Amino acid sequence: MSATTTSRPLGRDGSATGRATATKRRSKRGGKPGSTSGGAASRGSRSSRVASNVVGLGLVVLFVFPVYWMISTSFRPRRDINGPEPVWHPFGGTLDNYRRIFEDGRFLDSMRISLTVTVATVAIAIVFAFLAAVALSRFRFRGRTSFVVALLVVQMVPAEGLFISQYKMLDGAGFTNTVGGLTLLYVAAVLPFTIWVLRGFVNGLPAELEEAAMIDGCSRLGAFFRITFPLLAPGLVATGVFAFIQSWNEFTLALVTMTSDEKKTLPVWLTTFSDVNRGTDWGAIMAGSTLIAIPVIIFFMIVQGRMVAGLTSGAVKG
Amino acid sequence: MALVVTPEAPVVPLPEAPGGAPRRRRPRGLRGLTPYVLMVPALAALALALGYPLVRQVALSFQDFGLEQQFGAPAEQVGLDNYRALLADSYLWTLVFRTVAFCLVNAGLTLVIGLAIALLLRSMSRSVRLMVQSALLLAWAMPVISAVTVWEWLFDSQYGVVNWLLTRLGGDYQGHSWLIDPLSFFLVATLVVVWMSVPFVAFTLHAALLGVADDVVEAAEVDGAGAWQRLRHVLLPGIRPVLLVVALLQIVWDLRVFTQIYKLQGAGGVTRETNLLGTYIYRSGISEGEFGTAATAAIFMLALTVVLTAPYVVRMLREERES
Repeated sequence: MSATTTSRPLGRDGSATGRATATKRRSKRGGKPGSTSGGAASRGSRSSRVASNVVGLGLVVLFVFPVYWMISTSFRPRRDINGPEPVWHPFGGTLDNYRRIFEDGRFLDSMRISLTVTVATVAIAIVFAFLAAVALSRFRFRGRTSFVVALLVVQMVPAEGLFISQYKMLDGAGFTNTVGGLTLLYVAAVLPFTIWVLRGFVNGLPAELEEAAMIDGCSRLGAFFRITFPLLAPGLVATGVFAFIQSWNEFTLALVTMTSDEKKTLPVWLTTFSDVNRGTDWGAIMAGSTLIAIPVIIFFMIVQGRMVAGLTSGAVKG
Repeated sequence: MALVVTPEAPVVPLPEAPGGAPRRRRPRGLRGLTPYVLMVPALAALALALGYPLVRQVALSFQDFGLEQQFGAPAEQVGLDNYRALLADSYLWTLVFRTVAFCLVNAGLTLVIGLAIALLLRSMSRSVRLMVQSALLLAWAMPVISAVTVWEWLFDSQYGVVNWLLTRLGGDYQGHSWLIDPLSFFLVATLVVVWMSVPFVAFTLHAALLGVADDVVEAAEVDGAGAWQRLRHVLLPGIRPVLLVVALLQIVWDLRVFTQIYKLQGAGGVTRETNLLGTYIYRSGISEGEFGTAATAAIFMLALTVVLTAPYVVRMLREERES
């Protein structure tokens, strides 16, 4: 039954995120010191709490440091980076590394391609997934269950097991090195998960609301778009952000299908760029890496609660 | 509007599932078609980008499709030759073994560390817990490519922080290259993969642990169960469904590790010694043009995924039927 905890954010209460709920509940429990007196001996004991806190701080360093080091290096002049002692603080930095990135020329090209592919993927995937989610959630039809199962199976298919023939297909149709070809592959890659999550959102909205509107004289379509659609907005945002992160980060398919130098996406550009400059210009490499990471980190913070919930709830409870 | 209308709703006997409702204005044939029409765009995209290549890949695996064919020569049907050649190739078995071992080690480490962090989060004070959660979130948000690149920089032989630190601690790591030796190459790869995957596991299991009722844990404690016994007999059974799903997702994800290996190979790994199935498929197919061989190896990869995930899919199937 523990599954219900993780699936909760997909329910009616669109505002509560898994982590927020979790933290709230924890703190409530912690706020009543007398109530857990029985358990105080071990869980609440001071020495074990201190020990966990120390380990916790160690974990903070372990997980934050690489990210910090990326950003910090990106602002350091070369003599600091290639000096005998690392310079730990970010102060007195320089923007030279970023300047070199933009002067590289290829960076802006790649950024344009990455943005186009990502935006196109998000737009198309949202529409397609939305339609399919409505069909799966609001209708009973022959083949429905098999399609739901097929979605699950498709999610398991590794891109690495298919890219050879995907490449050959695009190549045969003259679609390698085109935004359209890569977008098609990305749409298919994110669709199973987006349909899955959106279906959860639509399931969470009671069909009775629509029925009621229909009794009041709305058409079925009108009821859906006036009542259900606005309530779905958070779900659409969450799945959109998910699709954005996926296609912005994707590496394998971009590497395989975008072979020409002028047609690389940002992650592939970074690989080529660091292959050339590794050992001589870590500052610029880290600047490029930071520029790729920032949009993702921002978007990630927007949907963080739902990421935990979405990934498992769909899987644990249909 | 909804607020005004809702109270009236229960008065009218409404069917649970609108699709099966008898009261319809439009002709039934059209009604029945609607869900299929709604599914068409998604189905078409999936069929074109995944279905067709899959069928084609199976066909390709029965052909001798090399560079000449790429330039127009007709492909020869060779039956099971590709499979026979691959099965006889001891390198493929090395790869399969390496891929599965890498996957299981990484998934195992990720689960154990993730579970440990999830349990630790319970006993930390509130402020530290918040800090740890934010740190995990930050690591989780890092794009794969940025994460690998940073770790590459941390392990850089000349100016990397790791070598500096180890030298400081008394080791002789000045200019030590971590990527040349396959074993330490995979050590670095494992670090990157585990570092990136632990946050998801920790968050999910932490949320699941919160769902285990406190009184049950306390009752076990009153009955004299030690920390280990409480974990084994109360907490772990309580989060079993979530644990199972997380484990299987982790296996699927770690089986397909590509970016990290590819990027680290570019940074100095010996390709042949450090290939996993994914990078091998890429190198034999895209780099060397041996599409027949690559397609056959890819079929292997798919088969491996199916074998390792079959229990998960069967479980999902059962739950979908029940709901």
